[in-house]
Amino acid sequence: MTLRPANSFIGSPMERVEDLRFLRGRGTYVSDVSRPNQLHAVLFRSPEAHGRIRSIDTSRALALPGVHAVITAKDLGATVPRVPLRLQPLPQLEPFHQPMLAHDKVRYVGEPVAVVIADSAAIAEDALELIDLDIEALPAVTDRASADAGDSVLFEEHGSNRAIVWTATRGEAEPAFAGADLVLKESFKIQRHAAMFMEPRGFVAEWNAETEQLTVWGAAKVAWTNRRILAGAMGISESSIEMIELDVGGGFGSRGEFYPEDYLIPAASRFIGRPVKWTEDRREHLMCANHARDIECDVEMALSKDGIILGLRGMAYADIGAYIRTNGSVGPRNVAQFMSGPYKIANIHLQTTMLTTNKTPSGTYRGPGRFETDFIRERMIDLAAKKLGLDRADMRRRNLVADADMPYPLASITPYDSSTELDSGDYHAVFDMCIKEFNWSEKTALQGKLIDGRYHGIAVGSFIEGGAAGPKEDARLVLETDGSLTVYLGSSAVGQGLETIMAQIAADAMEIPFDRIRVLHGSTSHVTEGFGSYHSRSTVMGGSAILLAAEKLKVLIREAGAKRLGCASEDVQIDGESVVAKGASHPFAALAEAPLDVEATFYNKKYTYAYGTQAAHVSVDVGTGHVRVLDYLSVEDVGRMINPLTLHGQAIGGIVQGLGGTFLEHLIYDEHGQLLTGSLADYLMPTASDFPNIRSITLELKPSPNNPLGAKGAGEGGIIPVGGIVANAVANALSDLGVEPLELPLSPPRLWKLIHAAREAKLQA
Amino acid sequence: MKIEFNVNGKAMSADVDPRMTLADCLRYELGLTGTHLGCEHGVCGACTVIVNGAAVRSCLMLAVQAAGESVVTVEGLSNDEALTPLQASFRKHHALQCGFCTPGMVTTAHALLTHEPNASEERVREVLSGNICRCTGYIPIVEAVLDARSAYGSKGE
Repeated sequence: MTLRPANSFIGSPMERVEDLRFLRGRGTYVSDVSRPNQLHAVLFRSPEAHGRIRSIDTSRALALPGVHAVITAKDLGATVPRVPLRLQPLPQLEPFHQPMLAHDKVRYVGEPVAVVIADSAAIAEDALELIDLDIEALPAVTDRASADAGDSVLFEEHGSNRAIVWTATRGEAEPAFAGADLVLKESFKIQRHAAMFMEPRGFVAEWNAETEQLTVWGAAKVAWTNRRILAGAMGISESSIEMIELDVGGGFGSRGEFYPEDYLIPAASRFIGRPVKWTEDRREHLMCANHARDIECDVEMALSKDGIILGLRGMAYADIGAYIRTNGSVGPRNVAQFMSGPYKIANIHLQTTMLTTNKTPSGTYRGPGRFETDFIRERMIDLAAKKLGLDRADMRRRNLVADADMPYPLASITPYDSSTELDSGDYHAVFDMCIKEFNWSEKTALQGKLIDGRYHGIAVGSFIEGGAAGPKEDARLVLETDGSLTVYLGSSAVGQGLETIMAQIAADAMEIPFDRIRVLHGSTSHVTEGFGSYHSRSTVMGGSAILLAAEKLKVLIREAGAKRLGCASEDVQIDGESVVAKGASHPFAALAEAPLDVEATFYNKKYTYAYGTQAAHVSVDVGTGHVRVLDYLSVEDVGRMINPLTLHGQAIGGIVQGLGGTFLEHLIYDEHGQLLTGSLADYLMPTASDFPNIRSITLELKPSPNNPLGAKGAGEGGIIPVGGIVANAVANALSDLGVEPLELPLSPPRLWKLIHAAREAKLQA
Repeated sequence: MKIEFNVNGKAMSADVDPRMTLADCLRYELGLTGTHLGCEHGVCGACTVIVNGAAVRSCLMLAVQAAGESVVTVEGLSNDEALTPLQASFRKHHALQCGFCTPGMVTTAHALLTHEPNASEERVREVLSGNICRCTGYIPIVEAVLDARSAYGSKGE
């Protein structure tokens, strides 16, 4: 089953339908929702990073006029429910699941301890000041050294701060290293930062005691999974919960995962018997939504003298924070499994140890594990090329997986197997196109040159982007009695333009006009089951489900047409918005008495791998450590584009997020486990004046063989290699000084220190 | 406290606590939820409204400070019939993804181009650098604002 090549909407840069409401201020985000008779919740959070709770006295808070209740762990039943894992739910990780409210210990600053319910959020915030929490402080574990030392442990019954170890293997690493011409060993650090979407998290929950039905506004990303977790925690059936997805102000991996508040707000509504609304503030967001990255890695690369990478081995340490969250293994696992990236590396033995510390728990952020591991790998390749006296671009060409090697299996991983293979691609063609478009050969003359007080450097590197996680996705198509089409999806919108893209796919599949299609998504009442939007899966999974549903709907349309036209259904043709047979026709409108309603499921076990090459040209001010990005180019093959306008936008947006992670963004803790970057004035994000020179080219060279669209999950990828490529360009600029950045972010002070140290070393030599 | 002010060209009144911000007043007292709150500490710019012609962070201004003043929100820069030239330019350039920062971008850009219809790219970047967008990387937003200059009487550069 394939689409006709003559389709008109897929591949076209359609302006988005969502924009019409967003631009007029008519979107509906969760904090725009209010219910009659609602109360407001505010969370009381631990001020200590690590400690034992001696007592919580809420009496003064309860006495404040306008306060209706203060919920603590003892109000949650005999056993405080905990947040289970959504992905890689290993039994050995159960000890590290987060309780919905802290009861015996607190393990990070910001951990929920109580919920205040009041007439207004302002009164509830006043009441926070009146809660008396007595904590016996314990030494905070805030870095790899203190976590490893184990003098203070977060989970005494586990006995150590080491949670589990992921191991990625391929071939035989030991003999590869024994026979290598060069073994390069380095240590890298990638700092803690986060998705930092702009719309704060929030919920409105309404428990109806009469019908025992719960409605939750503010679902995102994985509404069906979260409904299942919520039902379990509240001890009610899934069918008694409706999760409603509204407009969602950005996700990037973090929003929509199940957090304690996902349970606490609905539980508060049931407790108080009235609708309850909660919106986090930015300080809470910085302390409580998933953090990400925070990887250290000691790694070795084995090479032949002609630059063939023979093996990779090493140990990474992932600081996962105080608990293992729903998808907390993904980043650490990916660091080990995907370090080889788009390169053919036969022998791999890489491990990641997950360490618990007294910091905010971590989860996925766009390109989880991949941003980190690409920094390490691309830096190692440039360091190796320098040692071997090889051209950096040539060395990459020698190691890229060739078209003929596809499908190419990646390292296998334990303890939760997820075998995967690169599906298709001409990695060399894309690499060469990037080199050409970037004017690499002309720019090589700039390497290390001092021009107007700044040293110039360039770099190039390649990446892969995983997408299309299974197991399946549902789509429901309804031909309404007015002849319009409604598309219901299990996929979720997080700001990526899902309504437009899915309407494009549906319009082509049904050959009806774009403006006759309405797309509804993300809410649990729409389809039987949905899996949502993560791992760049919506377009491939949801889009393919639409194609399957369209085939089913056409059967129903022909059957209904046969009745109208008085013939056999096999004689009925669909022509635009009409059915025709033997010279007679009938429009879709009023084709049948009731809407024609079909549901279909697309199953998929194989990931897609979009891939690409990026190049950077930077200049460095050695007096200040400031780096200017003069040109940044990304060339990526996504197999098949649905909407070039939105995909291009996501590529550029991803690259700028990557530049934020490379230069600016850093969640910093002190030795007591206090977060020092609790506002957007402290946690720096890219702004409009920082990175004006970004270019992106998207190609459709090699469709994915794994789905009927031929599409590959895309839009996430831009971010992935940015840290490695920019750091290589900086090292290239400063090659005379011998500055080799091994740690992110490349903030001006850090880079200045490296420059200063290199100069001192030169002077002494 | 009762305040009276002009919002989007209409005389309005609201009964507010002295500590209520203008943003909360617009959103929750007047139902103008197009003004968004992204940080509530004056950094992200999502809550930008136009007060007496100037772009102002409504999270840093108290509602009582708006008494007697003229406030324009994103709703006041919109109409039912069609997108305005500025909004259409945002759409054409795909200058928004999740849409949360968008009202603040639109109000900020409108205030800028009203006063400086010939604003240079550098000037547009400088002014927009007070508004955080996590999705777009800003490049399409800058393009959209530059492309909308002609609607504000720009005579070209």
